Amino acid sequence: MGTLGTDNWQPATFVFSMRWIWIDKFVEFESGRRAVAVKNVTAAEEHLHDHVPGFPVMPECLMIEGMAQTAGILVGQASDFQEKVILAKISKAAFFDYVTPGDSLRIEAQIGTISPEAASTSGRITRGEQLIAEIDLIFSHIDHNLGGKRFPEENFVFTGAITSLLRDFALSGSPSGVRGRESGE
Amino acid sequence: MTMSRDEVFQKVQGVLVDALGVEEEEVTANATLMGDLGAESIDFLDIVFRLEKAFAMKVPREELFPAEGLLNNPELISNGKLTAKGLAQLREKVPHTDLTEFEKDPSISKIADLFTVNAIVNYVAGKVNAT
Repeated sequence: MGTLGTDNWQPATFVFSMRWIWIDKFVEFESGRRAVAVKNVTAAEEHLHDHVPGFPVMPECLMIEGMAQTAGILVGQASDFQEKVILAKISKAAFFDYVTPGDSLRIEAQIGTISPEAASTSGRITRGEQLIAEIDLIFSHIDHNLGGKRFPEENFVFTGAITSLLRDFALSGSPSGVRGRESGE
Repeated sequence: MTMSRDEVFQKVQGVLVDALGVEEEEVTANATLMGDLGAESIDFLDIVFRLEKAFAMKVPREELFPAEGLLNNPELISNGKLTAKGLAQLREKVPHTDLTEFEKDPSISKIADLFTVNAIVNYVAGKVNAT
């Protein structure tokens, strides 16, 4: 397992074997501008039985994670996944209703600003017509912000599991060199 | 576009309230970003983005918060204090900040205290009224 903060940082192996994907698919993707992903909430998600017993609701932190993945991929793809993009700050996270099994969430993220060191995004989560959450994030391009610290050469942020979500969109650049095929739209 | 210093202060105040989650009354002219308002390094990026949006202008982070670049240069630091060369470079990079107190004891642990609300207001007012 890795120990963050030492000079010889190794990515923890669980990143590559555990699935930690909180969006199901992208339905819209405008490179460098905005992206929309879908997350379907199912009673088969184990944690819902404990959160909360008798009243399963999707934890807000996982909605933030879904937005972070949507927005993070949007930001990462804007630089052809050459930057290691890491969530650095949650500027705003406001929630307006509970999300329960059977709900289909639409997660929309828009890029606010991108600079060499960081990026800001704004986003909304909706369920049909209803606004569920507003989440604004700041991402850091860590290579630009932690000069001197050595990180693994490969981009450990954007693994195949994440970038395969973009396979339906004709976009350039993924760490494994796989290019999206033409979308039917 | 010309703005009075008061107008600039109001807007900068709003930016800091949003970025740092503090109350308006806490954002006084002499409040330090890190000491008084609890800003951390990632907040500096947030502040820059919001200032750019609020004032519709580019704010290169090294212009607003240049001290970070100096801290890693061994020619400019000695025994935890800025050398004469380091001080000269700092003076050049932060014309919008008053260094008289700092120069009496230029220890790098005190550099954070230079980042005051006033420093940001000075920088923005200068830039906004120059265009």
